[in-house]
Amino acid sequence: MIRFEKVTKIYPGSQAAAVNDIDLEVAEGEICVLIGPSGCGKTTLMRMVNRLIPVTSGSIYVNGKNIMSLDVIELRCSIGYVIQQIGLFPHMTVSDNIATVPKLLKWDKRRIQARVDELLNLVQLDPVIFRHRYPRELSGGQAQRIGVARAMATDPPVMLMDEPFGAIDPINREVLQDEFLSIQEKIRKTIVFVTHDIHEAIKMGNKIALLNAGRLVQFGTPEALLTSPVNQFVKDFVGADRALKRLDLLKVQDAMLKNPVRCYDTDEVQAVHQYMKEKELNYLLVCDSQDHLLGYVNHRDIIDHYGKIGDRVKPMTLTVSPKRNLKEALSKMLSYDIGILVVVDDNKLVGILNTMTLAAVVGQTYDEQGGRWGKITAGGRIL
Amino acid sequence: MEIWQFFMQNWQQTLELTRQHAWIVSISVIIAMATGVPIGIWITFNEEAAETILYIAGIIMTIPSIALFGIMIPFLSIFGHGIGTVPAVVALVLYSQLPIIRNTYAAIKSVDPNIIDAGIGMGMTRWQVLGKVQLPMALSVIFAGLRVAVVMSIGIGAIAAYIGAGGLGRFIFMGINQTYGAMIISGAIAVSLLAIAADILFGYIENRLVSKGLRS
Ligand SMILES: Nc1ncnc2c1ncn2[C@@H]1O[C@H](COP(=O)(O)OP(=O)(O)OP(=O)(O)O)[C@@H](O)[C@H]1O
Ligand SMILES: [Mg+2]
Repeated sequence: MIRFEKVTKIYPGSQAAAVNDIDLEVAEGEICVLIGPSGCGKTTLMRMVNRLIPVTSGSIYVNGKNIMSLDVIELRCSIGYVIQQIGLFPHMTVSDNIATVPKLLKWDKRRIQARVDELLNLVQLDPVIFRHRYPRELSGGQAQRIGVARAMATDPPVMLMDEPFGAIDPINREVLQDEFLSIQEKIRKTIVFVTHDIHEAIKMGNKIALLNAGRLVQFGTPEALLTSPVNQFVKDFVGADRALKRLDLLKVQDAMLKNPVRCYDTDEVQAVHQYMKEKELNYLLVCDSQDHLLGYVNHRDIIDHYGKIGDRVKPMTLTVSPKRNLKEALSKMLSYDIGILVVVDDNKLVGILNTMTLAAVVGQTYDEQGGRWGKITAGGRIL
Repeated sequence: MEIWQFFMQNWQQTLELTRQHAWIVSISVIIAMATGVPIGIWITFNEEAAETILYIAGIIMTIPSIALFGIMIPFLSIFGHGIGTVPAVVALVLYSQLPIIRNTYAAIKSVDPNIIDAGIGMGMTRWQVLGKVQLPMALSVIFAGLRVAVVMSIGIGAIAAYIGAGGLGRFIFMGINQTYGAMIISGAIAVSLLAIAADILFGYIENRLVSKGLRS
């Protein structure tokens, strides 16, 4: 969808190339993250796509067409553009900001208005409240959402995003990233996404292109960068805690224990108790006939009781969705000091996650140091 | 009391001189705006010209008004307009250039380059960025320049009576000649009231034109 061929950029008056002989292909519907140390040429590479910066040599193709053969205004109108500083027009309302490109393309008023409302809904802002606001009346996160909505106004197949969440505090950044990923799941744009945050790269990228001093060092999936860095630079860049970063990459559903044991609200208490005693279980999950999670029962609480399990069940407040990443799950487990997290999808019990399963997933690929030792178990003195 | 008496006896003439005064200033400021704003915009594209033009406009500002009138008499006499309204208007236009050009230039220049980058990146032409982004954002500072020009012109316009341009300056000069205090003070008060009224009017127009999004 976007292809860079031997692209080089030398700024006038400078000897070193800011972008040096880069070949790169961004597949349709994918997010390609450009990452690297400050000054490595990420922004330069990105801004050459919509011709904000002219290439010195080499060519760039968008949708099979050489960008130089296209009308520059048409090209830019067909590429969504988001920058870190957001660049909302302060004298225009949210609605007029979003309508910038549709207006340039002379859409009729009704169509513009409908589109604005649709986009506001997409970025989770109520059109009735936000349509007529001015940028100064928005929080940083809201403004960045509008920036994204504005870039998507004409539904361009390609989007360029230069550190779009860079100026947002870490907590809200996570929220915006998640939101954007769920939007991307629907709209499937081809996106060039610049960041210098390796966590963000791993989370957002289908592919990551790691640049250094204008050159492409490694291009591949986040998984590939983490598990098989091509050289020391990549290793250092992704960081010594690559194993932990992998938690960003994996979803709960990749690591959970599927189909965990459970009982049903219609089961007899004593039968369940018997089962728990045999299996040495202190706790057991309880579902209804549709496998919706109702909660759990504690072994001690049901010892002397009769009747149905449904009457003894305690609610389970802390659960996780299978779509979340493992880092979030682990951080939940650590902050609530629990050894097990129940995985629930649309209220349905689908699995459980415990520290053992987490460690297993991380350990699988990261046995460089620990692996040769074999599995060390508990037990104290052995001889 | 004496002033009030003077005014009651001469209200028709006062109104007539005020009208003359306002007219000279209006014509001047309209011409000054029609020249100063485009020049201010143009020099944002041309840094060398910007320096020269702002320098010249700055020098003109420093010439005392009486001297400027004096300098112009021989030039404009060639066209038969050595004294009267024409030299007054020419002088006011010249004086107004600095605040108008400078404010236009500075306001357009001060628009955040990232906002311009966003506009260009989304497919706006240079002219669209100017018309839809930079000018609307610069409007309030340009207006501030116009206000300065108007208020200043009303003041200097009083001196133009000296070269026969009419206006409220007549009261002041006649009053000085006749050592008629009430007349001098009436003239001065009328000039001040006119300036205040113009300032309020411009404030009102500015409020209507400048986007609510730019108010802090
Ligand atoms: N307009 C310019 N003129 C000259 N040199 C430039 C210009 N813009 C960028 N450079 C240089 O080109 C190199 C690449 O800059 P670029 O902005 O692409 O880096 P970046 O990877 O986006 O960095 P950052 O993470 O700091 O945003 C840098 O060495 C920079 O100094
Ligand atoms: Mg950059």
